[in-house]
Amino acid sequence: MSRDGLRVRGRSQRRGAKDGPDAGPADRHPGEAAGTALRAVGLSRTYGRGENLVRAVDGVDLDVPAGQTFAVTGPSGCGKSTLLQLFGGLDRPTEGEVWLGGRRVDHLGERALARLRRRAVGFVFQSFHLMDELTAAENVELPALLAGASPRTARRRAAGLLDRVGVADRARHLPSKLSGGQRQRVAIARALVNEPLVVLADEPTGNLDSAATHDVLRLFDELRAAGQTLVVVTHDERVAATADRVVSLRDGALADDIRLGGDGGTGLGTLLGWED
Amino acid sequence: MQDVVLALLAKEPSHGYDLRRRLAAALGPLGETLNAGQVYVTLTRLEKAGLVVQEREDAPVRGPRRKVYALTASGQERVAAWLAETTGPRADVTEFHLKLVAAAESGLADPLALVAARRRELIRNLAEAQRAALAHDANSEAGLLLEGVALRLQADLRWLEACERTWAARAPRGKGGGDG
Ligand SMILES: Nc1ncnc2c1ncn2[C@@H]1O[C@H](COP(=O)(O)OP(=O)(O)O)[C@@H](O)[C@H]1O
Ligand SMILES: [Mg+2]
Repeated sequence: MSRDGLRVRGRSQRRGAKDGPDAGPADRHPGEAAGTALRAVGLSRTYGRGENLVRAVDGVDLDVPAGQTFAVTGPSGCGKSTLLQLFGGLDRPTEGEVWLGGRRVDHLGERALARLRRRAVGFVFQSFHLMDELTAAENVELPALLAGASPRTARRRAAGLLDRVGVADRARHLPSKLSGGQRQRVAIARALVNEPLVVLADEPTGNLDSAATHDVLRLFDELRAAGQTLVVVTHDERVAATADRVVSLRDGALADDIRLGGDGGTGLGTLLGWED
Repeated sequence: MQDVVLALLAKEPSHGYDLRRRLAAALGPLGETLNAGQVYVTLTRLEKAGLVVQEREDAPVRGPRRKVYALTASGQERVAAWLAETTGPRADVTEFHLKLVAAAESGLADPLALVAARRRELIRNLAEAQRAALAHDANSEAGLLLEGVALRLQADLRWLEACERTWAARAPRGKGGGDG
């Protein structure tokens, strides 16, 4: 085992490796055998009844292949957060199914669901949701400990990940001593600590300025290159545009599905106005 | 201007004065800079090009039968082509706006479909700019330029969201909720 031990999706966590994309061999996560990481079938979630019925999520069918990054966009109130909570087992559908890594999860009991959530899903929220009284490193270690890792393993993984997201030098700081961008990077490290099947991020750049947004997007891009499955809910078009696929939600239903990447773009020349 | 005037004629033959009034309504304060002469000059050019013809109004609401302008077959073709063509990443806001107005008035295209198509195009463009931006230091000269390109595309996408809201609310069948 190497000194730092932890490997996340084919990237070694050596110090100093953060300066460039190190093209190591791609280790495959056991749960990541190419296939569907996340599947929604006829997924619906309603609130209230009668006149007050709200169809927050309304008949969504979606397959997120392992290793893809997905963005879900749409105006405020269109059901993005609800959808993400259904994906991650934080909420239960009124109708339909959620499958994570080939396993149907919407019917699981509370305890089984909580266990699965810890191991298979990493959450990133707009307002970070870090524990104020724990240091950055402790925040990252906690989910590993809860999932049964030894304190030593948890510490090692946290150190590796904090290095990877570029806040190793803040490991012993409390969240209140960190900038918004640093807090979100700690939260991303925390989301990754159990090597989840899928990372679910709800408006991850909603509270960040443009420089910090840039950092988070770079990080997501690295995760994408490393094969991490990622679903990002956002109303920020620039965040959405970094995904492999952008789906639009309107009134709880999918309205559009755009595949990005590959050829067929206009070309930067046109964007810059040289071909007018 | 020619395309817009043609598109407004697609709904029904109109008098130059009505065209100017409709254009002014669509353009708001920007329309105040539009003088009657410009509309007539455009109509004359279109007539020379064989895209419109003058004919007598069939049944005036009141007053004498006025001369109205009507589309020829090739005028109709040109309107359809204008509505269908994609506008490119640096397209003018006003032109796209008038396209939506003309599409809705003429019934030749669904404004929401035009918005969706433009949105797809802009997101593709933004993805490209954003990928390039991420590959550059944000503080480098190149990074700064790419930031500007990305921000402008983002602004266009935000405006399209507003277009979608407004035209969805005006859609004849209403959008969203129940059976649509
Ligand atoms: N706990 C709740 N009780 C009642 N209505 C809710 C609840 N959570 C969300 N909603 C409603 O569901 C719809 C979707 O909300 P949400 O998923 O938060 O949208 P978004 O994240 O896209 O802004 C909204 O109309 C919202 O008011
Ligand atoms: Mg939300």
